[in-house]
Amino acid sequence: MRAFDYTRPASIEEAVAAWTPGAAYLGGGTNLVDLMKTGAMGPAKLIDLTCLPGLDAIEVKGDGSTRIGALVRNSDLAHNRDFAARFPMVAEAILAGASAQLRNAATVGGNLVQHTRCPFFQDGISACNRRDPGIGCDAIGGDTGSMAVLGWSQSCIATHPSDFAVPLAALDAVIEIAGPNGSREVPMAEFHRLPGDTPEKETALEPGEIVTAIRLPAEAAAFAAHSRYLKLRERTSFAFALVSAAAALVIEDGRIAAARLALGAVAAKPWRVAGAEALMVGEPPSPELFARAATAAMEGAMPSGDNAHKIELARRTAARALARAAAGTPAEMPALPASVFGDPAHA
Amino acid sequence: MSHSISLTVNGARHDVTLEDARVTLLDLLRERLQMPGTKKGCDRGQCGACTVLVDGRRVNSCLTLAVTVDDSDIVTIEGLAEGDSLHPVQTAFIEHDGFQCGYCTPGQIMSAVGLIAEGHAGDDLERIREGMSGNICRCSAYKGIAEAVQDAARRMAADEERKSA
Repeated sequence: MRAFDYTRPASIEEAVAAWTPGAAYLGGGTNLVDLMKTGAMGPAKLIDLTCLPGLDAIEVKGDGSTRIGALVRNSDLAHNRDFAARFPMVAEAILAGASAQLRNAATVGGNLVQHTRCPFFQDGISACNRRDPGIGCDAIGGDTGSMAVLGWSQSCIATHPSDFAVPLAALDAVIEIAGPNGSREVPMAEFHRLPGDTPEKETALEPGEIVTAIRLPAEAAAFAAHSRYLKLRERTSFAFALVSAAAALVIEDGRIAAARLALGAVAAKPWRVAGAEALMVGEPPSPELFARAATAAMEGAMPSGDNAHKIELARRTAARALARAAAGTPAEMPALPASVFGDPAHA
Repeated sequence: MSHSISLTVNGARHDVTLEDARVTLLDLLRERLQMPGTKKGCDRGQCGACTVLVDGRRVNSCLTLAVTVDDSDIVTIEGLAEGDSLHPVQTAFIEHDGFQCGYCTPGQIMSAVGLIAEGHAGDDLERIREGMSGNICRCSAYKGIAEAVQDAARRMAADEERKSA
């Protein structure tokens, strides 16, 4: 690990003032410290945000929106009863990610700015345009089972690894940001970026900016009775998604009044297609309808290597997540969250 | 740049000067504070051998920079027993053969103590297995581990009930 300076500011203003090119902000450290060990990242300065005041609350605001401070730990959000009752698929997605130890340390703000788990990025040695712009991409032609099938480019075929980000995208979350030029907000749909020719620019954050909160709009809670996250992975727990889907419905008088669908691990950002959601509105829920929606959500998918199977896997996962959502949110969190196993009532 | 931190480990206060901010909590415990009970497995947050409690929460000490735990209260495997009297989770691991080589065991036990304190798994074996998935056992003693955690959770719940009765 490269040596670094360490500072622990007491306010957002101090944190932003401490930022210099080459510095990195530190939250729970579960991703950054790991990447510093592999050599994939080597910040000259760590600015520890974990003692900033006022960023660890989950609040329902006057307009009905829910504001999650960026320093709320993943486990604290997922196990917050009021939050999980309003946004069950967000809680389910968090509990489907990482391990209990990592969820206890990882912050929700850090979850959004975590880096891809593409092994060629992580190892600090392979050619990676995301890590070293212009150097090339060793992932292309490599093992592409975890790589993108949507929105990738010749510069980068990596996926975003967050489970949490997928239901946030489906629910139109808004990201609150502070930085050298003041505060601003970015819709979740614009927060993560597709690689294009600049894969090193992973998010909408400008240099020195910090995620301070995540806000869910009031209308997002309308989906509470019919929302599920489903995650396919190589083992049932403590593994990143091969593909995943967040599905949420409002069902009135036997017909779908509103629908949300976002896919994870298929692109460098959560993948959401307005047309796939719109075609479900006004229809009664059915397997055929969900298959059509899933196909529409995956329109334009292209293998980035030997991973064509992910396209069909993602379609089936999306359709199954919609069927689970239609069946209703389970009364209690399944023992194996977001798993195809152990949930017979909602298979 | 050196950093002075003060932390409590198993009830004892330690004032430590870190010459280098790169030191992890795991290395601080093992190499500076002479507490090698906490094990280094993968050193990347993937195996759980380094699990300790920080302010009552189980975390991977290998991914925790020591400089960030200033003022924290740490519990390691060395802090569980009271003299010769083992913690109920330690007793249960012995009774249920929850290990073979033993290398992952301190992390397994600390993780189980954290899991039981969190209270989300109760004595449901499926939830215990899911809640313990951050701890890898390459001898594959999982059956004994899960049963040990279930047994300890039951005993500790019964003890709580007796105390509050």
